[in-house]
Amino acid sequence: MIEFKKVSKWFNGTQGKVTALQGISFSVGPGELLVVRGPSGCGKTTLLMTAGGLLRPNEGQLNLDGQDPYALSPEMRSRLRARTVGFVFQQFHLIPYLTVRQNILTGSLAVPQKEASEKAHQLINRFGLQDRADHVPSKLSTGERQRTALARALLNEPKLILADEPTGNLDEDNAQTVFGYLSQYVSDGGCVLLVTHDARAAAHGTRALRMSKGRLVD
Amino acid sequence: MTIWNLLIREILHRKLNFALGVLSVMVASGSLIGSITLLRIHDIHTDRLLEQKHAELEQRMAQLKDDTRKAMLKLGFNVVILPEDQNLSDWYAEDYASKYMPEEYVHKLADSGIVTVRHFLPSLQQKIEWPEQKRKIILVGARGEVPNLHKNPVKPMVQPVPPGTISLGYELHRSLGIKVGDTVELMGKTFEVNDCHKERGNKDDITAWIYLAEAQELLDKPGQINAILALECMCAGHEGLPLIRKEIAEILPGTQVIERGSRVIARAEARTKVEEQARLSIEKEKIARDELRAVRERLASIMTPVVVTACAVWIAVLGFTNVRARREEIGILRAIGVRSREVMVMFVSRHILLGVLGGALGFVAGVLAATYFGAAHEGLQVRMTDMDVSLADLIFIAIGGAAALAVIAGWIPTMVAARQDPADVLRNDN
Repeated sequence: MIEFKKVSKWFNGTQGKVTALQGISFSVGPGELLVVRGPSGCGKTTLLMTAGGLLRPNEGQLNLDGQDPYALSPEMRSRLRARTVGFVFQQFHLIPYLTVRQNILTGSLAVPQKEASEKAHQLINRFGLQDRADHVPSKLSTGERQRTALARALLNEPKLILADEPTGNLDEDNAQTVFGYLSQYVSDGGCVLLVTHDARAAAHGTRALRMSKGRLVD
Repeated sequence: MTIWNLLIREILHRKLNFALGVLSVMVASGSLIGSITLLRIHDIHTDRLLEQKHAELEQRMAQLKDDTRKAMLKLGFNVVILPEDQNLSDWYAEDYASKYMPEEYVHKLADSGIVTVRHFLPSLQQKIEWPEQKRKIILVGARGEVPNLHKNPVKPMVQPVPPGTISLGYELHRSLGIKVGDTVELMGKTFEVNDCHKERGNKDDITAWIYLAEAQELLDKPGQINAILALECMCAGHEGLPLIRKEIAEILPGTQVIERGSRVIARAEARTKVEEQARLSIEKEKIARDELRAVRERLASIMTPVVVTACAVWIAVLGFTNVRARREEIGILRAIGVRSREVMVMFVSRHILLGVLGGALGFVAGVLAATYFGAAHEGLQVRMTDMDVSLADLIFIAIGGAAALAVIAGWIPTMVAARQDPADVLRNDN
């Protein structure tokens, strides 16, 4: 599904060159939930952005669903991302003036589909958000927000979910719920790349890697 | 979910930002439309003012012209056409010409289309001894006025003396005890007295008028006359005599023209002067109004761009504020696959909507403000239908121009939004 081949990424800042990824190589396939854990600032988010076609690596090659996203035009890359990848973030990034239903449907902005409303309805039911469907994010609990973000990520039925600290703001119960949904998605043939600093999250993965200073260390 | 749904919901969410943008466009559009409308109101006021002054002048001139015409008619013919070789000293001394010209001349003149003189009266005058009465008289042979057919028919100033009749001046009929209907002998020919004139206190009192052909026969001047009397037309203006002389010289080369009745001429000249003064005053009024318009136009040409530029800057600032507030939203939309072109369409559409709404409100506000306050200032009541500017053009300027202004002013914020790097936003916010 996704394969990193000796991928490096660095940034030129005011204090010189900062290396975020250094010779990263790994792959994740369907039915896998790969957990990459490491301390803050080790390059986890950069890894996720690179995987999602949002951050071009300086070196190395990436293969996403059989294509190198960075060999494509920005337009084609956006299309590939819309069809293939779903994002889940620690901060949820829900649009504040849209209801739960409308936030879930934003996925259809990139991939217009006739059955989007029906799919959104199913996701609302699946994630237990029936009573909150017409509420805006500010009226939701953090768990509900994250479930909404997860439902949004699943609307276009992506092959890969990229999750950045998806349980970082959640209590234990809500974190378990989210992991439950991710595990269900993986067992249905999906693929998840999850980055976190939480060592407990590794227990939910089919595989775990540790990252330190831009390198995978085990 | 479509871009349009998102756009409308965002506007409803950030009402203040959008309302301030609409207000800004409204001010820009309103000031432009207001300026155009105010200038048009100025033009309407000027037109009405000048029309009124012209109407007053025309009325006054018509009255003066009528007065002068009546005065000239009262004083009788004031243009005398004499043979060219007539010595004027003799003519002034005798009051009739000793030289002759063909009677045909009067027809030539009447048929020429001349407009500066009218009422053509051919005459043959001579001072004679009335042999039967043993006294000096002035014998005048006259026929009716020769009509100039190219002009509207006018009532003749003198009634023709029918053939075989005679009209006598006061002194003649009084001293000789002659009455209308009597018969008199003149140079061996019998005439019936047709008219006995009242006292005039001039040479007319010793004048006898008979039919021209009979006078020509009695004086042995067949087909000859020695004067054509005419009335100067008001249309000749203050250049009257030189113009009349020029025209008559072209038609009747062997003649000369004398003008009589200086009081009437002075009156006509005064009338012309009054007209000139009035026209000059209207011209001055027009110049003053034009200068005022130029000042207003200059003011509008400075103020309007300043207001429009300030509004454009304000729209840009609001645009940047909006982009900044939606940074995270744009980042997530890009992350889920929305293309930068679609983000751009979303922002451009927002600015078009903002421009159209602001432009429409600005149009209404500008027209209303200019129509009511501007017209009140000019002391006018003006409606949109009074203005000859096309309503469609004004609406196009207001709405189209406002939409263009909003899009141009919001272009940089739009480009910033479209080019925003989603990774940058999501990495830093996470």
